[in-house]
Amino acid sequence: MSNLADAVIAGLAILGAAFVLIGSWGLVRLPSTMERLHAPTKATTLGLGALLVASVVFFQAKLGVWTAHELLISLFLFITAPISANMIAKVHLHRLRTGAVSEPDSIAGPPPRPGGDDDWATFQAPEGGTPAATANT
Amino acid sequence: MIAVSLHIAFGCVALALLFDGWRLLRGPALGDRIVALDTMVINAIALIVLIGMMGGNSTYFEAALLLAMVGFVSTIAYCKFILRGDIVE
Repeated sequence: MSNLADAVIAGLAILGAAFVLIGSWGLVRLPSTMERLHAPTKATTLGLGALLVASVVFFQAKLGVWTAHELLISLFLFITAPISANMIAKVHLHRLRTGAVSEPDSIAGPPPRPGGDDDWATFQAPEGGTPAATANT
Repeated sequence: MIAVSLHIAFGCVALALLFDGWRLLRGPALGDRIVALDTMVINAIALIVLIGMMGGNSTYFEAALLLAMVGFVSTIAYCKFILRGDIVE
């Protein structure tokens, strides 16, 4: 039992650290900003999740106590990581639009334009009657 | 076995922090720097969790939770400031 717990903790710690390292390597290696956003938000969050599970198993197997803090941290991170990634993508799109930055060549090419005369939703005025439209009135 | 794997994990996370720092200094777009800062916060949380496992001490998790919250709020505030020129409108 103890050997099994040791193996699980060691495996999860190595796996989590490897994912964290891969996420940061992607941040260094990928060619354009929108692609660099992919690596940390997915790989690093997953790696930290594995490390937190390793920590739960560690405290149960070694000290015999259940700790809920790790679950709280991983829940919080899994909720907030997509939100911050969305905000960073919006910042980059707006800065591209104002010409503050220029997009370097990416692997997948530029992102496709929305169909018709529409632009991306982040560039449009909020629709009438929604909370966003009436917030400042 | 656990001690060796934790040391390897420490090395990996430290190397990841160095990569983030390189991207933070290098840029080139502002979005890259925000991503690098956000990733550095997550890697710091990973380091805190590893330190807690190394010392067998669960006191560090409050620090990790607080850092997660502060990191998220600061990323959102930075993005809002660049998007709107103001944080609380």
